[in-house]
Amino acid sequence: MTTTLYTTDHEWLAIDGDVATVGITDYAQSQLGDVVFVELPKVGRALKKAEAAAVVESVKAASDVYAPISGEVLATNPELAAEPALINSDAQGKAWFFKIKITDKSELGGLMDEAAYKAHTA
Amino acid sequence: MLARDDQDSLRRTPLYDLHVSLGGKMVPFAGYDMPVQYPAGVLKEHLQTRTSAGLFDVSHMGQIALRPKSGKVEDAARALERLVPQDILAIAPGRQRYAQFTNTDGGILDDLMVANFGDYLFLVVNAACKAEDEAHLRANLSDICSIDSLADRALIALQGPKAEAALAKLCAEAPAMKFMDAGPREVAGLACFVSRSGYTGEDGFEISVPAADAERLAKTLLENSDVMPIGLGARDSLRLEAGLCLYGHDIDTATTPVEAALEWSVQKSRRTGGARAGGFPGAEKILAHFDHGASRRRVGLRAEGRAPVREGALLFADSAGGEPIGKVTSGGFGPSLNAPVAMGYVPTTLSALDTRLFAEVRGQRLPLAVAAMPFVKNTYKR
Repeated sequence: MTTTLYTTDHEWLAIDGDVATVGITDYAQSQLGDVVFVELPKVGRALKKAEAAAVVESVKAASDVYAPISGEVLATNPELAAEPALINSDAQGKAWFFKIKITDKSELGGLMDEAAYKAHTA
Repeated sequence: MLARDDQDSLRRTPLYDLHVSLGGKMVPFAGYDMPVQYPAGVLKEHLQTRTSAGLFDVSHMGQIALRPKSGKVEDAARALERLVPQDILAIAPGRQRYAQFTNTDGGILDDLMVANFGDYLFLVVNAACKAEDEAHLRANLSDICSIDSLADRALIALQGPKAEAALAKLCAEAPAMKFMDAGPREVAGLACFVSRSGYTGEDGFEISVPAADAERLAKTLLENSDVMPIGLGARDSLRLEAGLCLYGHDIDTATTPVEAALEWSVQKSRRTGGARAGGFPGAEKILAHFDHGASRRRVGLRAEGRAPVREGALLFADSAGGEPIGKVTSGGFGPSLNAPVAMGYVPTTLSALDTRLFAEVRGQRLPLAVAAMPFVKNTYKR
């Protein structure tokens, strides 16, 4: 059973047990425009919640992607590194950035569900 | 960047309503509310301009008529030569030339286009500088010329390999024009000024049209399925690939035309030994740069990796340590090249083609090489 939560900075995380898959929202990609480059964290890196974890560059600007939760990076998405435009076509599907092993589930408390996120971006 | 409170005071061009109706994403730019992109997005708009034709609203730019009080255009030309290092007298009627207003330190106050319309000079200047430019012209040339801001005109750029065919349907004279031809032409029955020029590296035209007719002309051009509206985002990536300077970024009051690698724009007649050498602000410094070289130079830069290197990135000679040797003044992703491109200033000793340098991006030093500009071959109809 997967639960998807959202941050105010427009990351999504799909939680399955103690592993979360992280990406940026469809709303975020629509604001960024054409994505041409992503920089992903190294596997094994320990991320703190709200720390800059990845970078997404559109034609015009670079934006940080923050760790929505603390934990260790278990994997990154090789398809995304090869084809950054996946973010524009499938932000909340194929264009996941990294998987993280959650260290403290209590940190999930401050995140939004889909309805709250929709209200946040309305 | 304007504060949010100032957004109400943003000016609108005569094409504002059209931009909104076409789904343009409007942003503040040089005091105007301008479309940065349309629903197609910067990438598609950029490639559209390289392969077909793009329509740009550049009505925010300043259009100025410099009318000689004597009625002789050469008097206006000679007067303008007090303010720019270019040979203005040599611009034949119906022709246009790129120029720069310089300051007493040899820096660039603005860059501009100057056209000879037979009995007066027609100038196009940057939006952010237009008030200062007009004041500068008035303060220095009012004895010889009247300076009229043509605020009742819009400016539309039509750029790309299909621009000629698109404009030919509305202006039979367009195909006969060569690169940098300029003058009054009838377009769709409207009294326009047309130049075969632009800011994308592509063949194309800039059309000055009475403001009241601008929307009708733009809509007529957009009825052609080869023409799409293009925003400021793609305008910037196109001019970057073309190796063209953006005022306030690649050139400013602290860069001379020689440092900016714009020697080609200063004719021999104004240089040391020329018929009308000097006589423009900062001539001593600029001519010294011509005669003895400048210590730094604007160069093109190609990154080895995929990460865009953007404006402000510091440049280093080595992969670690050392002081910065220069700075990136424009940089981003070149959609036609599918690769990052940048330009910046480096010591002249490090400006040779293929010189390997490093740019600091997010704490990492990314390798790049000095590269020839334009990055994309221009297709002007000479």
